[in-house]
Amino acid sequence: MTANTTASDLLNTARRLRQEVGENSHDHLTEALFAEAARITDRAVTHPDTRSRFDLERTIDRLVTSRRWGFPIMLLLLTAVFWITIEGANVPSRMLSSLLLDTVHPALNDLGASLGMPWWMSGVLFDGAYLSMAWVVSVMLPPMAIFFPLFTLLEDFGYLPRVAFNLDRLFSSTGAHGKQALTMTMGFGCNAAGVIATRVIDSPRERLIAIITNNFAICNGRWPTLILISSVFLGSSVPAAAAGLISAAAVVSIAVLGVLLTFAVSWFLSKTWLKGESSVFSLELPPYRPPRILQTIYTSIIDRTAIVLYRAVMMAVPAGILIWTLSNITLADQSLAEHMVGFLDGFGWLLGLNGVILVAYILAIPANEIVIPTILMLTVLTAGLTGVGAGAGVMFELDSNTAVKDILSAGGWTALTAVNLMLFSLIHNPCSTTIMTIYNETKSVKWTAVATLLPLIMGLTITLTTATITRLMGWV
Amino acid sequence: MTLRTDTLHASGSACATCPMNQHLERLGVKMTNWDYVVALAGNPNTGKSTVFNALTGLRQHTGNWPGKTVARAEGGFQYGNKRYKLVDLPGTYSLLAASVDEEIARDFILFGQPDVTAIVVDATRLERNLNLVLQVLEITNKAVVCLNLVDEARRHKLIVDHRRLARDLGVPVVPTAARQNEGIPELLQVMSEVATGVIETRPRRLRSTANPALDAAVNTLSGQLEAAFPGLPNARWVALRLLDGDQQIERAIRDGSLGDLSRGDKTQAVSERLTIAEVPA
Amino acid sequence: MTYNTPHSQTTLADLQPGQSGVVTQLYSQGPERRRMMDLGIIPGTTVTVEMTSPLGDPVAYRVRGALLALRQDQARLVSISDVSSEAEK
Repeated sequence: MTANTTASDLLNTARRLRQEVGENSHDHLTEALFAEAARITDRAVTHPDTRSRFDLERTIDRLVTSRRWGFPIMLLLLTAVFWITIEGANVPSRMLSSLLLDTVHPALNDLGASLGMPWWMSGVLFDGAYLSMAWVVSVMLPPMAIFFPLFTLLEDFGYLPRVAFNLDRLFSSTGAHGKQALTMTMGFGCNAAGVIATRVIDSPRERLIAIITNNFAICNGRWPTLILISSVFLGSSVPAAAAGLISAAAVVSIAVLGVLLTFAVSWFLSKTWLKGESSVFSLELPPYRPPRILQTIYTSIIDRTAIVLYRAVMMAVPAGILIWTLSNITLADQSLAEHMVGFLDGFGWLLGLNGVILVAYILAIPANEIVIPTILMLTVLTAGLTGVGAGAGVMFELDSNTAVKDILSAGGWTALTAVNLMLFSLIHNPCSTTIMTIYNETKSVKWTAVATLLPLIMGLTITLTTATITRLMGWV
Repeated sequence: MTLRTDTLHASGSACATCPMNQHLERLGVKMTNWDYVVALAGNPNTGKSTVFNALTGLRQHTGNWPGKTVARAEGGFQYGNKRYKLVDLPGTYSLLAASVDEEIARDFILFGQPDVTAIVVDATRLERNLNLVLQVLEITNKAVVCLNLVDEARRHKLIVDHRRLARDLGVPVVPTAARQNEGIPELLQVMSEVATGVIETRPRRLRSTANPALDAAVNTLSGQLEAAFPGLPNARWVALRLLDGDQQIERAIRDGSLGDLSRGDKTQAVSERLTIAEVPA
Repeated sequence: MTYNTPHSQTTLADLQPGQSGVVTQLYSQGPERRRMMDLGIIPGTTVTVEMTSPLGDPVAYRVRGALLALRQDQARLVSISDVSSEAEK
């Protein structure tokens, strides 16, 4: 008898017996295992104080999931996390940028000059690669180094599963998983981290929905764009007293629009491409455990902050080189960047944007942090302004909102441009770090393409619509 | 040979001061060859990653949250002049259902034939955790139960008799509070003794279910399996999986890798299977 | 979901916070049934309602010492008997 006949004999016997036993073998086995587990536990465990055992835990649970206090507590905690992040990041961000942009960058240029480097070499290295990296680091590092540890502390304490529990109803009605509330919140810090966080969703279909829609949570790199543009264009068009309120309201409405889009797109996906029964739902609410603060800060900085920052820097360096090069190689009296801007201007106009913005978004695919500096630099370049900026290909930012408005107005910006830029900032393709992460997590070219192109097409459609309506109504 | 349950812990704690203990060298991921492979299994949220970190010196993210370790993570350590490769399996409730996590964990314990499998359990939720422990013990003899979170159990005034538990399960049980590094030296000692064969275990296995028809079928099939693959360490469990229509196991019978198991070999088919589960860096 | 629990049966979804019941049968099939069983929801298990989420669904149940959230369409597929409330115990 050969090994093969033994194998097929065995499998035949198994198949026959399986028919006799029926489909309940899993049931019987599980029941037997749990009965055994219960017997063994009974013998090994004594709890003299059964009643009050988990009393504190129960009290906390009843409070944080109660009809009256559940949502307020949740909003309060999440607002506190964002507030601490924004406030706390301000000072170190400014210190980093004064160090990296105002001190190190000129020093590098001086060094290059003293070594006799040709202008293009110091341009590519210091104005291109270095500056773009320094920008990303100073804008991104401080908020991430604060946001991720705070978020992780809530997670380690055991609160985040309760958030998923509270919000599941909203997500389940769009065919998604309650844990998506968490990955979305994480996305407000960084979409790449949000996409990685979808690992906590154990059903493939719901996880894919969470990955594709994470981009609608406005990440760290996009908040500054929204805040700047809204205060420059919207805030300044109303009386000074209301300016802060109006621009804050504009930023918040964009964020809320993002949440609504998350629900809408989740619903759309679960009705179309990801149609079908939702996968098995399961959510365990783990016991509360006192977080170990130092360890948490350490691991979350190593695990989340460092990885995301590393990827962003790896993407920003080539982008900086590209931006500098495009701005400095001239062809028929114009730099390549200007040619691109000119080429895209017509299309940009249709969308209520302009060529500069589109070029900035193409060049800033690696990291949304460099959108505003790139827009300013390109506007100065193409509008032929003098006396501002630091030269072709050198990104810069301005301290005064009026100065920003002067430059952008000279570039032909209107309120429509500002509003549509804000919309486009919310609704466009994810940054390349996030795209890469989506591919790493899904290992699927198809779903990576969907996650990339779906928001882009939506953004183009929406801005085209608002621009056309505004123009038809004669508002601009 | 009988299990020396009671002496186990005596030897474990005696060794907390013995020179061998100073020789735990955490190797992180910088490891190429090893003498023994240790698998780390457990329910989600039992502090499995904390145990992993305590053993390897790595800082894998440890969240109070199910499904954190989604794929396999690996690390290493050196203990008593031997090099150990530690594989952190995904946290699962069971090894029976068809989720990817459970398949990765199950395949590694079955086909990877680790020299010892440490099952991390939450001392405050023992009953729920034992379901997985009993399933692991159906597959492998070489197992150690790491009774973790005993600090939480103390906080909740829960008394877990780990000696009794060890007697009932037939494998060593080491109480730990991995976050405080409590019990980790003892765990290392016991794991090394199981891996090297100094301790022989006799795991508790289900002799019957409540269903006579199923039991009869299991007996018939496991008899055939033992005849076809002499020395197969888990014929009853393999029989149960076949009766549940487990495609992976059917494939392992067809391509002969189940036969490799009975000889204790880790051959081509096995290593291929393991690469499928391998985590991209 | 395509499965149904007979109308006469009391299910987990009928329990109020603080009430317990003993599982008699699972009416789900396939992966759903397996997952529930792996989590320890099998005939004979005592299940207690711990709390309801602010929007009414899901509900958290205490099962063999662990706290599990189930959606109501899952809870409706688990029939129970011997309903008792905490005060009586």
